[in-house]
Amino acid sequence: MPTVSMTVNGKSVSADIDPRTLLVQFLRETLQLTGTHVGCDTSQCGCCVVHVNGDAVKSCTTLALTCEGASVVTIEGLAKGDELHPMQAAFRENHGLQCGFCTPGMIMTSVEMVRRKGHDLDEHTIREELEGNLCRCTGYHNIVKAVAAGAKAMAAQGK
Amino acid sequence: MYAFTYHRPTSLADAAKLAGAHSDGKVIAGGMTLLPTMKQRLAAPSDIIDLSRLDDLRGIEVKDNVVTIKALTRHVTVANSAEVKKAIPALAELAGMIGDPAVRNKGTIGGSVANNDPAADYPSACLALNATIHTNQRAIKADDFFVGLFETALGEGELITAISFPVPQKANYQKFRNPASRYAIVGTFVAKFADGVRVSVTGAGSSGVFRVADFEKALSANFASSALDGKSVAASGLNSDIHADAAYRAHLITVMAKRAVDAAK
Ligand SMILES: Cc1cc2nc3c(=O)[nH]c(=O)nc-3n(C[C@H](O)[C@H](O)[C@H](O)COP(=O)(O)OP(=O)(O)OC[C@H]3O[C@@H](n4cnc5c(N)ncnc54)[C@H](O)[C@@H]3O)c2cc1C
Ligand code: FES
Ligand code: FES
Repeated sequence: MPTVSMTVNGKSVSADIDPRTLLVQFLRETLQLTGTHVGCDTSQCGCCVVHVNGDAVKSCTTLALTCEGASVVTIEGLAKGDELHPMQAAFRENHGLQCGFCTPGMIMTSVEMVRRKGHDLDEHTIREELEGNLCRCTGYHNIVKAVAAGAKAMAAQGK
Repeated sequence: MYAFTYHRPTSLADAAKLAGAHSDGKVIAGGMTLLPTMKQRLAAPSDIIDLSRLDDLRGIEVKDNVVTIKALTRHVTVANSAEVKKAIPALAELAGMIGDPAVRNKGTIGGSVANNDPAADYPSACLALNATIHTNQRAIKADDFFVGLFETALGEGELITAISFPVPQKANYQKFRNPASRYAIVGTFVAKFADGVRVSVTGAGSSGVFRVADFEKALSANFASSALDGKSVAASGLNSDIHADAAYRAHLITVMAKRAVDAAK
């Protein structure tokens, strides 16, 4: 079995894996980082979004072997100890989740959205950018509010 | 997903050699089409040849009124490229309409064109802009490249290296998308060159992307949406599915073509 090595949430990891292993399986099953979810098998729901070298990607549609040498950040890598990342805090404050299944992907997508689109996001931009993230519970309204607030809070904290 | 052997070549020559040696293998670029089909067990390649380390196949160049985009350039890069926005804004807009941000962060132009999905966006740009598809072996005109459903002129072990698009006077792409899959139900690309207008349609044809000679003639004589009044594509030969029947697609083609003419810049 080939070996894969990468950095996940700042820690170097390495394992022998079946070439078929998807990044999401590597994260959840090999590393036990179960915050990244799988909500579909058609690459459409976005529950599995993580950052690979800074880009938000669907870890269910990425081979772990392709990530050799990459730096990966998952939802577990955002908070600093007990202190939530401003985007996580904004989702909590704005009631941007109900069951929470879609939330890790929503937050990882939103953090990258802020990096690409800046801290002052209007509703239209947020809705367009969340096109690849499906939520069965909230109706999106509070998610959009949370992302706008989280983006502002990130600016205030220099993120 | 079925088992495969994984290769990670670091040069185009090695990638082509591997692709040639493993006739049941497949190269992988962004994986945004190949991996979903492998997960559904619709594809079972014996070998996977990962192109991700071929950094020479990334980049955009505008020279002598031609935009050349290398095969591994991602949709997000084309959508945000200041050079592409300036030379062919319609092409940057098209790239920004593909899928969603995470798809655009990985999917590549080479993968999209090689795959020739009948509802994909890039093939329509290639046809309407009279693009040339460059491979490790030759250069192929878009008119000769798209052969049928998911079928292209690429031979065994032949890899796309770049696609070059002549800069038109004006162009626009209009997409009526399926809100769930985000692919085109009908997409119409209109491009006006000094020597005439080219119109292509994706999403609708039962054998993939196609040009509309009748629209091209009318628009070459008079580049105004009114030139398409009363004109339509025959519904026979168009797709019918739960999303749209052939007659509706035929109707949409004229509507989207008119919108593209009005929006062309
Ligand atoms: C949720 C979702 C929504 C999408 N929506 C759209 C949409 O709206 N419009 C649209 O057009 N597409 C859409 N796509 C497809 C997306 O654009 C893909 O990125 C693209 O079709 C394939 O590019 P890729 O780099 O991912 O190719 P891969 O999946 O890696 O490869 C696709 C095929 O091309 C071959 N290939 C790849 N690179 C080369 C090369 N250089 N030379 C020769 N052969 C090569 C592979 O062997 C494979 O057969 C969507 C995909 C998803 C998952
Ligand atoms: S699990 Fe649905 S897109 Fe990845
Ligand atoms: S909160 Fe339940 S799916 Fe989004």
